[in-house]
Amino acid sequence: MEKLKSIADLEKVRIETKAQLDMRATDGSPEAVVQVRVAMATCGIASGARPIMDFFIEELDKRGIGAVVTQTGCMGYCYAEPTVEVQLPGQDPVVYGFVDRKRADEIIEKYIRNGELVEGIIPVNYEKID
Amino acid sequence: MHLLVCGGTSCRASESALIAESLKRELEEKGLGNEVQVIMTGCFGLCEKGPVVKVMPDNAFYVQVKPEDAAVIVAEHVIKGKPVQRLLYVNPSTGEHVRDPRQMGSYRKQIRIALRNCGSINPENVNEYIAREGYAAIGKCVAEYTAADVIDVIKKSGLRGRGGAGFPTGLKWEIASKNRADQKYVVCNADEGDPGAFMDRSVLEGDPHSVLEAMAICGYAIGATKGLIYIRAEYPLAIQRLKIAIGQARDYGLLGNNILGSDFSFDIDLRYGAGAFVCGEETALIHSMEGLRGEPTNKPPFPAESGFMGKPSNVNNVETFASVPVIINKGWEWFSSIGTEKSKGTKVFALAGKINNVGLIEVPMGITLREIIFEIGGGIKNGKKFKAVQTGGPSGGCLTEHHLDTPIDFDNLVAAGSMMGSGGMIVMDQDDCMVSIAKFFLEFTVEESCGKCAPCRIGNKRIYELLTHITKGNGTPADLDRLRNMCLVIKDTSLCGLGQTSPNPVLSTMDNFMDEYMAHVTEKRCPAGSCRDLMKYTIIEEKCVGCTACARGCPVNAISGERKEPHFIDQEKCIKCDACFERCKFGAVLIN
Repeated sequence: MEKLKSIADLEKVRIETKAQLDMRATDGSPEAVVQVRVAMATCGIASGARPIMDFFIEELDKRGIGAVVTQTGCMGYCYAEPTVEVQLPGQDPVVYGFVDRKRADEIIEKYIRNGELVEGIIPVNYEKID
Repeated sequence: MHLLVCGGTSCRASESALIAESLKRELEEKGLGNEVQVIMTGCFGLCEKGPVVKVMPDNAFYVQVKPEDAAVIVAEHVIKGKPVQRLLYVNPSTGEHVRDPRQMGSYRKQIRIALRNCGSINPENVNEYIAREGYAAIGKCVAEYTAADVIDVIKKSGLRGRGGAGFPTGLKWEIASKNRADQKYVVCNADEGDPGAFMDRSVLEGDPHSVLEAMAICGYAIGATKGLIYIRAEYPLAIQRLKIAIGQARDYGLLGNNILGSDFSFDIDLRYGAGAFVCGEETALIHSMEGLRGEPTNKPPFPAESGFMGKPSNVNNVETFASVPVIINKGWEWFSSIGTEKSKGTKVFALAGKINNVGLIEVPMGITLREIIFEIGGGIKNGKKFKAVQTGGPSGGCLTEHHLDTPIDFDNLVAAGSMMGSGGMIVMDQDDCMVSIAKFFLEFTVEESCGKCAPCRIGNKRIYELLTHITKGNGTPADLDRLRNMCLVIKDTSLCGLGQTSPNPVLSTMDNFMDEYMAHVTEKRCPAGSCRDLMKYTIIEEKCVGCTACARGCPVNAISGERKEPHFIDQEKCIKCDACFERCKFGAVLIN
């Protein structure tokens, strides 16, 4: 990694990363992919988030679906761990709770492939500041 | 098109499953079963207005829906595309129908400031933090602000310490900045120890860079070049993510010499705690970092004058730090527009206990307990009755029904006999015995007292013994007076915050639930039915058919009786194991 020697350098990283993330989320852009974020804080991992994350990585690859699977922190829905956020290109992210292998499979086949929502949605109930 | 039906516990209780079925049936009848899906979701956090149905992608939000409304929703909205006006949410202040849930009052109930990136960025990728304005605040400070400017912004924002006591952060920084020394330290207190509190862990695991950036800002403000994070060794994942974050920040030069081309240098190291509760107290924390016993010392001198290695040190909690970069980026005016007069911004709470939506929430100061418990929290588990909520951990107290509508902030909680603490919120229902709850917290304090001063070491132990005595049915009304006196003495004479606040759980339960204490000492009865020693198992003669199931299941042979004759429990032998109650098919075993 090259050192950031000025605020301009920092701004460059910000713009580049943001553009990359936005491109992924924009329907129709060449880089558009399904984004899967798995809540991997202690609470999530303790409830089995790690094998679920592996499942998404392996199965999406096997089934030939272009996707980026990343880990993230606690989403706050401890009662519904493991929780997974799925963002289809051009759409608002949807959070699913109580994700076991069966539900993960359903999410891939129904939601990711066909855009059909499946059970287990946790509605966003907070305001973002940006 | 999708119809989302809330399947939260509270909406389910008000027939949301039936609504979903009716919607499905209506859609089938109209031949739309394949095009429109009905999905049960988790809690929308609007339980008071439940059951709720949301139509996607129109974003129409229907509240207090009944199963018989399914027909009109399908006929009008789904088929004709006309929202059903009478079911739309009405904004209580304007009286207007609100379609977009983001304009609904309830959605302002949670604002994520400290948790802004938790659950949305990859904590092990510094670029994602930078993409969300990360490190822009330290950039702004070194380029545009003097140290005094930074302190001024934090002071004006009204930010108060999130670790518990609520000391104004800007003032703390100012005091540290004024003390001259060749070396100063910024210390992050990540020794989260309250039972049921895990917000600091979540911030460190989900957004470690926000804390690193804030520590650098603090260093710039007070004139320190070194930062230390005191974190408990029981948080391995938080430690791992912090190490990765520190490494990435150093690689980018966001920690180290000449940050972003300025002449400000700052670096951070980790120090591990062994998990002693008292080390959350700042003087004990500092001694522990110095390799000494984790024991508190008298203040003054405050750490701002003589802290780590005798140098001026500024100690702040994780959540306090996590709020700082946003304040710099968005301005103090924005931050201070949220919250109450004396408590600005938001507070993260860890909801636990007998509540449906156990989890982490961040709410503006001034929200009521009712909103937290019955809307965001989804109400009490299994439809039981709310009894109390414990805030502030072992230093806090219980709030009851009477406090449900009190706006929550630092000062109101203290006035109500509890405290903000680090933000653990343990919800209790009708089955929780308040004497046992007080005993639970005292047991914790007895374990965690460092033993340095007598009131805390000996006094808390005596309180714990008295409480045990009472829950076993051996207490007298005179014990209650002794209990209260001892509590007051411990509060007055203990050395540090741990002892000064440890009797709070007892005092606050005595103030709010004296009738329960009295029932234990006068009638030898536990009204909540939770103190096992006070329970009495008897067999109702009229109901007993003499099947002998109870007698055969009793592990101590306390039950006697002839076949087909009523049975009898020998109270001397009974160990109250509940086996007879579970086995009786005739409801003949009575628990008092």
